[in-house]
Amino acid sequence: MKILAIEGSGPVAGCALWENGTLTAEYSVQYKKKHSQSLVPMLKEMQEMVDLDLSSIDFIAVTKGPGSFTGLRIGAATVKGLGLALEKPVLPVPTVDSLACNLYGTDRVICPLMDARRQQVYTGIYENRDGLRVLRPQCVTAFTEIAEELNRLGREVIFLGDGAPVNEGAMRELMRVPYLIAPAHLSRQRAASTAVRAAQIYAEQGEAALVTADDFRPEYLRIPQAERERGDKRNYQVFVE
Amino acid sequence: MTEEKKDITILAIESSCDETAASVVVNGREVLSNVISSQIDIHTLYGGVVPEIASRKHTERINQVVRKGLSEAGKTLKDMDAIAVTYGPGLVGPLLIGVSEAKALSFATGIPLIGVHHIEGHISANYIADKELEPPFACLVVSGGHTHLVLVKDYGEYEILGRTQDDAAGEAFDKVAREIGLGYPGGPKIDKVSKEGNPAAIDFPRGKVTGSRYDFSFSGMKSSVLNYLNTCKMKNIQISVPDVAASFQQAVVDVLVSHAMWAVEEFHLTKFALAGGVASNTALRAAMEAACEERGVAFYCPPPVLCTDNAAMIGSAAYYEYIRGVRSGLDLNAKPGLRLGEK
Repeated sequence: MKILAIEGSGPVAGCALWENGTLTAEYSVQYKKKHSQSLVPMLKEMQEMVDLDLSSIDFIAVTKGPGSFTGLRIGAATVKGLGLALEKPVLPVPTVDSLACNLYGTDRVICPLMDARRQQVYTGIYENRDGLRVLRPQCVTAFTEIAEELNRLGREVIFLGDGAPVNEGAMRELMRVPYLIAPAHLSRQRAASTAVRAAQIYAEQGEAALVTADDFRPEYLRIPQAERERGDKRNYQVFVE
Repeated sequence: MTEEKKDITILAIESSCDETAASVVVNGREVLSNVISSQIDIHTLYGGVVPEIASRKHTERINQVVRKGLSEAGKTLKDMDAIAVTYGPGLVGPLLIGVSEAKALSFATGIPLIGVHHIEGHISANYIADKELEPPFACLVVSGGHTHLVLVKDYGEYEILGRTQDDAAGEAFDKVAREIGLGYPGGPKIDKVSKEGNPAAIDFPRGKVTGSRYDFSFSGMKSSVLNYLNTCKMKNIQISVPDVAASFQQAVVDVLVSHAMWAVEEFHLTKFALAGGVASNTALRAAMEAACEERGVAFYCPPPVLCTDNAAMIGSAAYYEYIRGVRSGLDLNAKPGLRLGEK
């Protein structure tokens, strides 16, 4: 099985190719260039480097959100274009779950933090000792609230993600359980983690995990400001709390 | 030995504002499909286009629109010689959807990519509407986002004579329409109600830009309407909505027509074209046509379906880029402030 994975939900633009348990290629860039400039050229370079026949992939894995609204859409539109041209389905992976998959084989709980601005984080609580377990599904909330929950759990924690440095002060103040902050190579969205997570989901759910490229849409976890101000809750997707 | 000239078939995508559109165009002039998915019902709730909502809707619809564009043309991606996409000017979020989709299609198929300027697209709508039209001519592009008076010297060769210094003409229509309670979108509503009003009822000023003969300014004209409304309110004078609408529309039309005709005269042009969403305004069309006729100048104006944002016009503009050898890289980015002639 071959999985092409694409990442654009946060500060990293990335792509990866996973083939039957081997990570054939991964290309990851966190630079001032916009995803809109870098993502497709990166795909092209990776394809040429590993002589990838695009028609041989089984599906395209992508972080479906949450994340930067614009980044999610650049990823989504890229995936949609690829899916349309190649007639391949999409396996959407929750962004925070993918981040949690950066870590493995630990008894600590994993708490990815993505900076969601407005004093909030996209976050969740996970275990990944020998397989990902979701203790709290991804959501958008204040760091103070997730810190309280971690304190209640009473287990040692590893934080990661671009929201970790932003909340370091709050961690020192609020955390009553021991915690670590993951170093740079484990701390950002990685297309390789998305590919691995997608392979796990596919192994568990099979075809049911796939959507068509046409039907795929990002999950923002937040409604547009204009809708919020209008008090229009029709499209509001509620995710825990 | 003569080789039969091969037809050039282009898939074009447009998503610069609130219309998701795809079209297949042959040789820049023959439209095989022209699919437009409008979001106007949603944005009407907010009294104007909300970029974040527009971006989300484009993302949801883009594949369906592209698929429909191909199927209505009876074509598949394999039949395409190029994939064209609007990359500016426009709203950055919406632009990025079309650009990302087009780049992915181009990467996955190996079909060349051509980034197209939105205004060049509007101008090129005239090539579709009139198969015989060729440069040089002058074109006035008027829409909710743009007011440009352009000298089209050759295919792909433009000189901007004048542009708005503040509001676009369509934007001014929207704002005035809101003030007199007509709602969004203002252009068509003002056009309609003006037919029952007296265009000479109120003498609104004709906006000028000092030192720049061809440039436009509509914000002062809009303000004078607001002042008029306030004065009437304070003096308890009942206003006539049709009269206000018709008088404001007349002021805008007068400015647009006079600037256009200065250009026709200065550059000794024999052809003049309208383009953009506001080109559908019946008063503007009629006045411009009459002014052209008076001067023995041929008048061109695309039908409304080619005046609104659409992808067929992008496919037409892309054809002339294609035959000049223009190709875009996979690093093509959306440029919300893209200027005409800039690459």
